[in-house]
Amino acid sequence: MPQAASYGRNAVCARGLSKIYNGTPVVDGIALTIPTGLCFGLLGPNGAGKTTTLRMLLGATDPSGGTLEVLGHPVPAQAREMRARVGVVPQQDNLDPDFSVIENLRVYASYFGLSGPALERRIEEVLHFAELDYKARAGINTLSGGMKRRLTLARALINDPELLILDEPTTGLDPQARQMLWQRLRTLMAQGKTLILTTHYMEEAERLCQRIAVMDHGRILAEDSPAGLIERHIEPQVVEVYGSDVQTWFNSHARTHVERAEHIGETVFCYAHDTRALLDDLATRPQLRYIHRPANLEDVFLKLTGRDLRD
Amino acid sequence: MNHSLPILSLRWIPVWRRNFLVWRKLLGPSMVGNFIEPLLYLLALGFGLGVFVGEMQGMPYSVFLASGLVCASAMNTATFESLFSAYTRMAHQQTWGGMLAAPLMVDDIVLGEMLWSGTKSLISVAPILAVAAAMGLVHDANTLWVLPLILLAGASFAALALCVTAFARSYDFFVYYFTLVITPMFLLSGTFFPLDAMPKAVQWGAQVLPLTHAVELVRPLMTGAPLKAPLLHLAVLTLYGAAGLYLACILLRRRLKA
Ligand SMILES: Nc1ncnc2c1ncn2[C@@H]1O[C@H](COP(=O)(O)OP(=O)(O)O)[C@@H](O)[C@H]1O
Ligand SMILES: [Mg+2]
Repeated sequence: MPQAASYGRNAVCARGLSKIYNGTPVVDGIALTIPTGLCFGLLGPNGAGKTTTLRMLLGATDPSGGTLEVLGHPVPAQAREMRARVGVVPQQDNLDPDFSVIENLRVYASYFGLSGPALERRIEEVLHFAELDYKARAGINTLSGGMKRRLTLARALINDPELLILDEPTTGLDPQARQMLWQRLRTLMAQGKTLILTTHYMEEAERLCQRIAVMDHGRILAEDSPAGLIERHIEPQVVEVYGSDVQTWFNSHARTHVERAEHIGETVFCYAHDTRALLDDLATRPQLRYIHRPANLEDVFLKLTGRDLRD
Repeated sequence: MNHSLPILSLRWIPVWRRNFLVWRKLLGPSMVGNFIEPLLYLLALGFGLGVFVGEMQGMPYSVFLASGLVCASAMNTATFESLFSAYTRMAHQQTWGGMLAAPLMVDDIVLGEMLWSGTKSLISVAPILAVAAAMGLVHDANTLWVLPLILLAGASFAALALCVTAFARSYDFFVYYFTLVITPMFLLSGTFFPLDAMPKAVQWGAQVLPLTHAVELVRPLMTGAPLKAPLLHLAVLTLYGAAGLYLACILLRRRLKA
């Protein structure tokens, strides 16, 4: 990566970045520093401002305030130069339905000014990478959802980008397709590319991302490694309790044994550093069933963003 | 809002080329129509109606009609392309969104779409000229000057239409533009009949319509009549195109970068 030196160690550097729509701050003065060479996850419920943030990074929409540098280019001032070095997988598929798989890649490459034998070799590479070689001449409408996503990824790689921006790359995919995409993204990370992705699948963020920012209402609520988030923001152990009478037990006993307990629907979630007293108590109550597990990212996410439905 | 002048560069070429490649795929059916339609009009109206009309401005009606048909077709084709097709690319297929994730700018897209629509005008007009020539309705080889003119006129109509597309939230919106702008222009620009019998106010009003100026240039070139004030007509068409391009860039920057 010869260009790395030109922008140092950070692929993205944003200060006080904000976007206001109709008087409402949708992104509210966030600071982001994303080091090169790692996979950075932007996590948040629907409407948190993830897509808007990515659109500002790409220069697709102008910030209402703040400063922004991507790959060393001030954005939006030099957005076009920056985009020549970036690949994008948008939230909504925008493949060209009138073209075959290979034509989609050729036409998209032409937007970067790419053509000729070097491009044909690159197309072969990215098709192979996305395991779509055998579909090169197929029409877009004959592809499955997973194939379309893989083609969109292949398309994003056509200019051999240093930075990849992926907006909910696996939403709507079946488990097989998701696993396959994760594996491809890991390969790209191993090649030294920087990845920025949004998701609301916790296990996806936990598995892929070295750093995660949890976002809601346009603000970054926490930023750390997945393990760091769990360590800093939530008790390490979780006991989920169900059964008849769980309500009565919640009211009278739950909180005497643990730091924190929440009653949601049919379940009581207990969070604690030490669960011995709680488990002893539960052992005397055969009408209650429970699951004891380590805390995970989803617990952190729900603690930080709340449990209210967003849409 | 960003009012800066459009940044014009050769980056319009991949935008134009993408549309051209799609058009080439669907070539067959559209080209047959492009020949058959003017043939029907010229036969049915030119000879059918022409029998009753006789001469118009000193020429057989079918000769008069051929040049009107060329101009009307250029306007309709470019307008259609820059309304409906451009809207599909902008809103439904997110084609422009893909371009804007690559190193292209809104101005590149506007220029590319405008020149593509102008090209579509050319594609629709060339068969009309061929059919008219085959039917002996054109005067001489000067008719070929109509081609570059139609590219200019088509691009100008496209630029105006792109300004409308910038406001559209659905295809229905375009009905207003057709009813309020395109249809009156179609009827009042001397394409199918001269305006001599119209009230003076209408005749003067017609002078602001770009289609009028396209007809003033195309008809003499096709019929061998003397060209009157060609630079004025060219200037009006160019002005509409340049103003439309500037406005379309401002409006579409605002919409796409919201
Ligand atoms: N162009 C726009 N105009 C007005 N409001 C918008 C626009 N784009 C996004 N929003 C609003 O901004 C908020 C954040 O949207 P978005 O960034 O898409 O969230 P996320 O990607 O996290 O789901 C939402 O409430 C959405 O309705
Ligand atoms: Mg989103």
